[in-house]
Amino acid sequence: MEPMAYGQRQWKNWVMKNRLLRYFSSQIDNLILRSLSFFYIGILIILPIAALIAKAFEGGMASLWSNIVTPQAIYSLKLTFITAVVMVIVNVVTGTATAWVVVRYNFPLKNIMNSLIDLPFAIPTVVTGIMLVNLYGPNSIFGAWLGKYGIEIAFARPGIIIALLYVSFPFVVRTVQPVLQEMEQDMEEAAKTLGASSFNIFFRIVLPTLLPAILTGAALSFSRAIGEFGSIAIIAGNIPFKTQVASVYIYGELESYNQQGALGLSVVLLLCSFIILVLLNLIQIWSRKHEGTARSN
Amino acid sequence: MKEQPGQIRIFRKKHYLGKYILITLVVAWFLVLTMLPVYGVIEGTFKNGWHIFITSLVTPASKHAFLLTFWITVGTIILNTVFGVILAIVLVKQKFKGKLLFEGFVDLPFAVSPVVAGFMFIVLFGPKGWIGNWFEMHQIKIVYAFPGMMIATLFVTLPFVAREVIPVLREFGLQQEEAAYILGASKWQTFWKVTVPSIKWGLAYGVTLTIARSIGEFGAVLVVSGSIINKTQTATLHIHQEFTDFNYAGAFSAAVVLAVSSFLILTMMQFVYKRKRS
Amino acid sequence: MAILVKDIFKKFGDFVAVDHVSFEVQEGELVALLGPSGCGKSTILRIIAGLETPDSGEIYLTGKQVTTLSPQKRKVGFVFQHYALFKHMTAEKNIAFGMEIQKKSKAEIQEKVHALIDLVKLQGYEKHYPDQLSGGQRQRVALARALATEPKVLLLDEPFGALDAKVRDNLAQWLRDFHQKSKVTAIFVTHDQNEAIEISDKIIVIRQGKVEQVGSAREVYEYPRSKFVASFIGQVNVMDAVISQNRIQIKDTDHVVENTSNDSLDEGDVVLLVRPEEIMLTPEKQQPNDLPILIRQIHYRGSHYEIDCELNGLNIKVIENKVDLNKEQWRENQQAHMHFKSFRIFDAEEGHERVHEKLKEAGYIE
Repeated sequence: MEPMAYGQRQWKNWVMKNRLLRYFSSQIDNLILRSLSFFYIGILIILPIAALIAKAFEGGMASLWSNIVTPQAIYSLKLTFITAVVMVIVNVVTGTATAWVVVRYNFPLKNIMNSLIDLPFAIPTVVTGIMLVNLYGPNSIFGAWLGKYGIEIAFARPGIIIALLYVSFPFVVRTVQPVLQEMEQDMEEAAKTLGASSFNIFFRIVLPTLLPAILTGAALSFSRAIGEFGSIAIIAGNIPFKTQVASVYIYGELESYNQQGALGLSVVLLLCSFIILVLLNLIQIWSRKHEGTARSN
Repeated sequence: MKEQPGQIRIFRKKHYLGKYILITLVVAWFLVLTMLPVYGVIEGTFKNGWHIFITSLVTPASKHAFLLTFWITVGTIILNTVFGVILAIVLVKQKFKGKLLFEGFVDLPFAVSPVVAGFMFIVLFGPKGWIGNWFEMHQIKIVYAFPGMMIATLFVTLPFVAREVIPVLREFGLQQEEAAYILGASKWQTFWKVTVPSIKWGLAYGVTLTIARSIGEFGAVLVVSGSIINKTQTATLHIHQEFTDFNYAGAFSAAVVLAVSSFLILTMMQFVYKRKRS
Repeated sequence: MAILVKDIFKKFGDFVAVDHVSFEVQEGELVALLGPSGCGKSTILRIIAGLETPDSGEIYLTGKQVTTLSPQKRKVGFVFQHYALFKHMTAEKNIAFGMEIQKKSKAEIQEKVHALIDLVKLQGYEKHYPDQLSGGQRQRVALARALATEPKVLLLDEPFGALDAKVRDNLAQWLRDFHQKSKVTAIFVTHDQNEAIEISDKIIVIRQGKVEQVGSAREVYEYPRSKFVASFIGQVNVMDAVISQNRIQIKDTDHVVENTSNDSLDEGDVVLLVRPEEIMLTPEKQQPNDLPILIRQIHYRGSHYEIDCELNGLNIKVIENKVDLNKEQWRENQQAHMHFKSFRIFDAEEGHERVHEKLKEAGYIE
């Protein structure tokens, strides 16, 4: 072995070097992929947001704040949140009920209905607006009939809420449905053997289990509602202090070449988006923990 | 549909009435809220006959708008499929600092208002923006032109492919790829022969969602494009234009075309979704 | 030498998975890497295959250094624990995959696939997808797929881990027969001592990333080098004892095993290990070292009886074959005496064997 020692050392050195090389070359495709992702997300998402925020704070906090607190901006923000909250409340009830009926009961044409639940996601929001105006507008039969009793839908607040209900209908249904499907009915049966009434079973067993899914659906609907533009712009129009929601307000300001005026509410909406995203993640973490403890018990 | 064992067990006998009332209410709500408007617009479009429907669709502005929507959709499919898969691979297989935050950014387009998104791109790519400045110097127009509309559509549809591919890729795991390596397949061969066939239905679902959204996107594109007739007007912008010009026949006809395409895409979505799950 | 593993070290974060492991495998040998789960045996296999890179150390396959070679170029066959079959390909396509990568001619591939299907007895299942096959069938497809590229070395990760007992036994038998005929060099990882004893030519016992013992099934069973090996392979009775004045005293009792040899034993705390079949029960005390015990329960086990005895509160398991039992007619709650036909003494703290050689000379063990 002795005479070989020198050669062996050289060989080993080469291998070590080569191993570094190999490590690098095995990592290089990973690095390329990662750089590409960072580039794409950077240019499409991070940089635009940064640019908007930078521009918003260019003139200082005070000027940004003065853009937010104009009466018209405040009104549109309020309107946005009120209509969104009303929609979320209705949507939580109807969405949960729809999920329940589709999962638990059998009735004719159920499968077709189940497929069509996603339709509002597939239909462009402008088309939604057009369809709703056609149905509820002052010139339509239905709208004219309601108008006789003084009920305004199109170009009024109810129109906004109906548009929001339409575009966010699938959120609660589609988040609750899978949970309901996987839910073990033995839990309900166990409650029944313990003497719980149907009312008690629903509110003490079923609802708590569905709660994370319902909250997720509600948060998604809410997020969609405060950003919704197309359908509202068409059915409710752009009437300040009446039907002008935040996104329509921003569009109006941009349309009249007043970027400064648009910045205030844009930052507010952006902030809401961040908060909702964080909230959604928290709900997910919370429900996972919940599940985890339930399972380990 | 999966059979639900003991579907109505908890509301046996005495609650039959409640069950039927609930079904009726839900179906009625569903029909009035989502189906009645669809019926209304189709009825409204065709009550004056096919002739008006056709003539209002073949105007140059209308044709141009649909063609533009087509090209934007094609571009979006290509770019967001490629980058969506790359994003999914990076998020599933790689570990790096700030990954959670990065993942959050991928989801962000779903939460941001389209109008705000469009505004962001005007600020960044506009003539005075950080990036737009450079393009301006080189005489390339981004905002109020095709590239800007493309970027806006890429933004709003970015999460779809990544979100659909990530869980499939996670479930697929590493072992099949390792098995391919040991059998002599290179990374590239493994990707095409083993990985892609395994994620194809998830990918197809994500692409279908991307198509639906790119055809229907309105707010972001409206803000970025400036909605110039025969130039930067997509189908949805065209509908909006016709509507604000009180040309309801044109607006309705184009809306029906888009509604029918949405329906076809939805059918495709359902088909792909079923394949994905099996 | 077919496989040489030289001083392999691998850390995952702070966890040392493989701690300076070295061993060799001869041409044509069938070797078991045996150890409890999490001991690093699978990592060793993955390092040999090139799926993991060791932090230090070297791997040689058929004399060639392959430490830095990618798995694609090592020409090994690997059977994954959960088969890792390509779900979108039929059984036939799975088997053909490696040959297609090698760009073999269609006729050649077809012929080879046919032969392999015959070999693993899957005739009629060629066109089935993995999810249409049973666990045992999937495992056989995985084997055929690994063999299709004619690897120099076959590596199997827990090959029978996910199968039920009957299928497992059949496949194990098949693998042993196949190895007898083909003489392909193979390493398989298992946590099941019976599997290792049944199938392998050589067992490498791994514990906490280190090689604990290497030897044939008989060597490892009969002459375990540590308390861990003794208790991991086969059943064993463990008794704390102390050596003083050349006598082995079982702790908490006044029972003593006299050292009848001429050599003296090193003093200190020890552990006395006796396998159940190394204990002989007699009704009367026959030798000075016999210990009085109480028979608690007698379990019928088909081929033999298992007898639970008590020695001053210590539970002692004894295996008697049926012939002996019929002769003696043991009853429950009967007083008897036990004689250790052989036993081992291990250092109480370190766990390694302490006085093995001396006892051997003393005639305690054969």
